[in-house]
Amino acid sequence: MHFSIDLILAQMMLGLSVGAFYAMLSLGLAIIFGLLNVINFAHGALYMLGAFVALIGYDYVGPWFGFDDFHLGFWPALVVAPILVGCFGMLLERTMLRRLYQFDHIYGLLLTFGFALILQGVFSNYFNISGTPYGGSPESLSGIANLGFMYFPKYRLFAIIFSIAICVATWFVIERSRWGALLRAGVEDAKLVQAFGINVPLMVTLTFGFGVGLAALAGVLAAPIYSVSPLMGANLIITVFAVVVIGGLGSIKGAIISGLALGLIQGLTKAIYPPAAHTVIFFIMVIVLLTRPAGLFGKE
Amino acid sequence: MNRILWILLIAFGLLAPYAIYPVFAMKLLCFALFAAAFNLLLGYAGLLSFGHAAFFGGAAYITGHVIKEWGFPPLLGILAGTLFALILGVIFGKLAIRRKGIYFAMITLALAQIIYFFANQMAFTGGENGLQGIPRGYLFGFIDLSKPLAMYYTVFAIFMIGFLIIYRVIHSPFGQVLTAIRENEPRAISLGYNVDRFKLIAFTISAALAGTAGATKSIVFQFAALTGVHWSMSGEVILMTLVGGMGTLFGPVVGAFAIVFMYSELSTMGSWIDVIIGTIFVLCVLIFRRGVVGELLRLVELRGHRSKQQNIES
Repeated sequence: MHFSIDLILAQMMLGLSVGAFYAMLSLGLAIIFGLLNVINFAHGALYMLGAFVALIGYDYVGPWFGFDDFHLGFWPALVVAPILVGCFGMLLERTMLRRLYQFDHIYGLLLTFGFALILQGVFSNYFNISGTPYGGSPESLSGIANLGFMYFPKYRLFAIIFSIAICVATWFVIERSRWGALLRAGVEDAKLVQAFGINVPLMVTLTFGFGVGLAALAGVLAAPIYSVSPLMGANLIITVFAVVVIGGLGSIKGAIISGLALGLIQGLTKAIYPPAAHTVIFFIMVIVLLTRPAGLFGKE
Repeated sequence: MNRILWILLIAFGLLAPYAIYPVFAMKLLCFALFAAAFNLLLGYAGLLSFGHAAFFGGAAYITGHVIKEWGFPPLLGILAGTLFALILGVIFGKLAIRRKGIYFAMITLALAQIIYFFANQMAFTGGENGLQGIPRGYLFGFIDLSKPLAMYYTVFAIFMIGFLIIYRVIHSPFGQVLTAIRENEPRAISLGYNVDRFKLIAFTISAALAGTAGATKSIVFQFAALTGVHWSMSGEVILMTLVGGMGTLFGPVVGAFAIVFMYSELSTMGSWIDVIIGTIFVLCVLIFRRGVVGELLRLVELRGHRSKQQNIES
């Protein structure tokens, strides 16, 4: 057997663009988990919701209000979707999730699992399960870029760079800014931070909204690449869980790095041995569990 | 209270095929055993597995294959499926008990996903079409299981054996130690118990019995399909246990009956059924954490307290 270098490079670049989505989703999960100790099972569904905000904004909103020519474009959707979905997430946290903090953490998981089912069910009723193509892909990013060593779709390149930028910016805010310092202090000892006059419950709500907003942002970013389908998040989220286990839940850095790296590895597997592409991340998870149960970047 | 539930269960088991469609009654029993096996882990050991579909659906494929292709008799086929689930349970358990709580749930979910992809890709499972046309065969070589009543009472016997095993485990010193681990793991460790060993054994028993349930179901319906190993099946069994009451002996049985019944009633509603299932999940978690049987037991207990108090006052 021999493999062409071009094919491997191409698959690795494609893998990296998938990894960019893993990184954004696992980053959101890690932020939410850090402060709330909740694993948000609805994260995939909220990613799906983000993509649907883009789709509905482009195709449906205009006609609903009688402006047939109105299309909410890709760039506005990139701002609108995270805000809308983030607000929806904050509502969820305020009205329901908050009641469960006093109980075992698994109840948070089960509640969000229920929400994922509800959201998927609702959208499955109104939209095609096998997916609807998104018409609002930006003109400026269509076509193919020459990377020197290969040709690559411009949009995917943008998606990689954009999500890495978002991830790095998030990391910077959390690790280096005053707001991030408060957040980390809140993770360590919520009572103490509250005693300093910080409104911790509000901080928790905003953080949840931010994490959820990241999922929605990833959803909008995914809309031009994949077709928008009610189950797009469900299929992704389990892989992202494995990514999170590999990276170590407590770590922001771990979520970003392992997300990108595992996307790359998945792409590589697709080039070398395609049938294993779906399972390779899970097998890596097994190996990590055997050697470093806390995850590559996690602390016990 | 428990005595009444025992009588109700056995009466239901003996009379069900005369009152309802036997295949439906068998489905109820298979899911009841599945949920009861799951509850052994969640309700008594306090471990939330999100991957039990792998045992349930995986065993169904193995049983179907050995009966259809290798000509195994039905009971041996079920045993093969159970053995497969048991071995898988040891492997999953060894990996997953390295972490606790939410991590445990995520790891079992991810491991089960490997089984799902295997089931989708391997040749013998039939992929999207599933494994069809599994013959029911003859029990002990002479009882024709294609007759509904013969099949039904076989399923009922298997259910009762599985249920009694679970009852025995819960009410043994082993079960007491499990509960102790659930309530306070550090204390159990300091008392000298090898906590990981207890968890692993509980996980394995639960996995094996979930496998028995899946294997039996594959003979009843004569097929094994991808839905059995899909993560939504793991979610369903959690819901059954939650609705019925986790940590109660009869809760999962009641929950399984309720959910299976609801599915068959609402089968025409398409995707709305997901919305309904999700809503029940949310409501159970928010306001109904004890489940049906849990609430019932509490009611009886409260009344017991009250009458005792009245006795003292008078």
